[in-house]
Amino acid sequence: MLAARDLTVRYAGAERPALDGVSLKVDPGEMVAVAGPNGSGKTTLLRALLGLVAPAHGEAAVDGRPVGDWRRDELARAVGVVTQREETVFPLRVGEAVMLGRYARLGPLAAPGPEDRAAVADALRRCNVAGLEARRVDELSGGEWQRVRVARALAQAPRALVLDEPTASLDIRHEMELFELIRSLASGGLAALVVTHQLNLASRFADRMLLLHEGRPVALGRPAEVLTQDALTRVFRWPVAIAAWSDGSPQVVPLRPGEAPAPGFSDTGARP
Amino acid sequence: MPRPLLLLLLAAAGAMVLGVGIGSVPLAPAEVWRGLRDAGDPAGMIVRDLRVPRVLLAFLVGGGLGICGAALQALVRNPLADPYLLGLSGGAGLGAVLAIAARPASAWAVPASAFAGAVGAVALVYRLSVVSGRRLDPRVLLLSGVVVGAFAAAVMSAVIVLSDAPQLRNAFLWLLGGFSAASWRTLAVFAAYAIVPIGFLFYSARSLDLLALGDETAFHLGADVERTRRLVYLSASLLTAASVATCGIIGFVGLVVPHAVRRGWSPLHRALLPGAFVAGGAFLVLADTLARSVLRPVELPVGVVTALVGVPLFAVLLRRTVA
Repeated sequence: MLAARDLTVRYAGAERPALDGVSLKVDPGEMVAVAGPNGSGKTTLLRALLGLVAPAHGEAAVDGRPVGDWRRDELARAVGVVTQREETVFPLRVGEAVMLGRYARLGPLAAPGPEDRAAVADALRRCNVAGLEARRVDELSGGEWQRVRVARALAQAPRALVLDEPTASLDIRHEMELFELIRSLASGGLAALVVTHQLNLASRFADRMLLLHEGRPVALGRPAEVLTQDALTRVFRWPVAIAAWSDGSPQVVPLRPGEAPAPGFSDTGARP
Repeated sequence: MPRPLLLLLLAAAGAMVLGVGIGSVPLAPAEVWRGLRDAGDPAGMIVRDLRVPRVLLAFLVGGGLGICGAALQALVRNPLADPYLLGLSGGAGLGAVLAIAARPASAWAVPASAFAGAVGAVALVYRLSVVSGRRLDPRVLLLSGVVVGAFAAAVMSAVIVLSDAPQLRNAFLWLLGGFSAASWRTLAVFAAYAIVPIGFLFYSARSLDLLALGDETAFHLGADVERTRRLVYLSASLLTAASVATCGIIGFVGLVVPHAVRRGWSPLHRALLPGAFVAGGAFLVLADTLARSVLRPVELPVGVVTALVGVPLFAVLLRRTVA
């Protein structure tokens, strides 16, 4: 569904490429998480995959077709996106905001029809915000607002969903609710690509992970293959210890300087 | 038809009846009706040749300013934007003042020169905004508008100071706006011109909803951000330029009216644009009626009235928004 092949992006005036030879595929029904330190190229990867920046080398494709060849409205019908930040200047009601997800499926002068209202109601229900329809978006909590934004992306009726740090500044419950939602959407057939700093949640929810460092891919594969003590210590330049959760997924705990891992955590001795 | 629009249309119709009836010769609605139908009626000349074109022109200009304000506020994502923000008033004022200082022979010289000045300012602001790259950045647009406007205002002040006293008064009166020169001919010219940008703005209503969310979100929801922005900016600017040329600079309609309609009805542009058009038109018809009747026989500049009414209205709205 979404594919990057040897993708390289160079911003004007930058010393090193922001993205350097990254290949990644996200198939329908699959949830893929991208992790890495700040400035490692995660957001640039998303921007290149979505046609917001042109690659210097390699190719970004949606459904096998270069993303640059897609018309804007065509792409919006195929891929829904939840960006990292969104400032509200003119606050809408939740129902109105989610209806904007139908933009690419309506003519310039057409009023929303029954099909659009049904799609909006369905999106609201799936994101568990159906009761908030009449609320103003600037009166929502952070977690509600994020779920409304996911609902708006779902109202596009896309086949792929891309989220950039969707749980930043959310508390544990809202974080878990959002990851559960993304997981269930992926299991329902969507291709889901999530950029996140939540290594431990990515580890438990994602099918595969990509670890980036200074624009280059460090590891790509199942979470247990990617979240290794050696790789994380090197990439984040901080000591970590790793233990397996009951489902086998690796859980990462950062260590304090000089601290030894608690019993039950493996330690390869890797230090930055 | 949505109820808020129906109410606004009724208000506009009421404003127009008042506007046609009130003046140096007060006319009862029955007299207005007779004057409209009967060519030989004594009130017919006043009604048909003076007041009706004036009221219609005020409605059309007010409506245009209302939707331009609404569209530009979405474009630059700032509720404080108004149609003159982007350097237009400076350019138009400079054009008009230059023409007045040159003691024009033709009645059309001043509006033509004002229009040329406004379009010149639009072109300059546009050029400045896209100079750094291909994209039209709203923040750069705002900044360019402010500096171009400031520059034009400075040149204009210099010209005013250097010209004779009678021209000076004319220039000031023109800058404050008014409809005393309204005729069927100005109405026809303005209407024929305005219909295209107004059409484009209505056509962009749904894209403006997305633009108001910010570039990236609009992009991901399927809007052609760059194309919409250019289309809206040029339509709104050219429409405002024509309205300045027709009746001078009339402030506050384009700022207060979209704000009020957004709060009172809906921030979605499929409602906001028609709402701001009808409300802006009604507001300006009333303002013009007040301008020529309150201190009769002196006619106040209509821009003074819109500000006198608009500022308290805006203050109330602002208080409610904060509270």
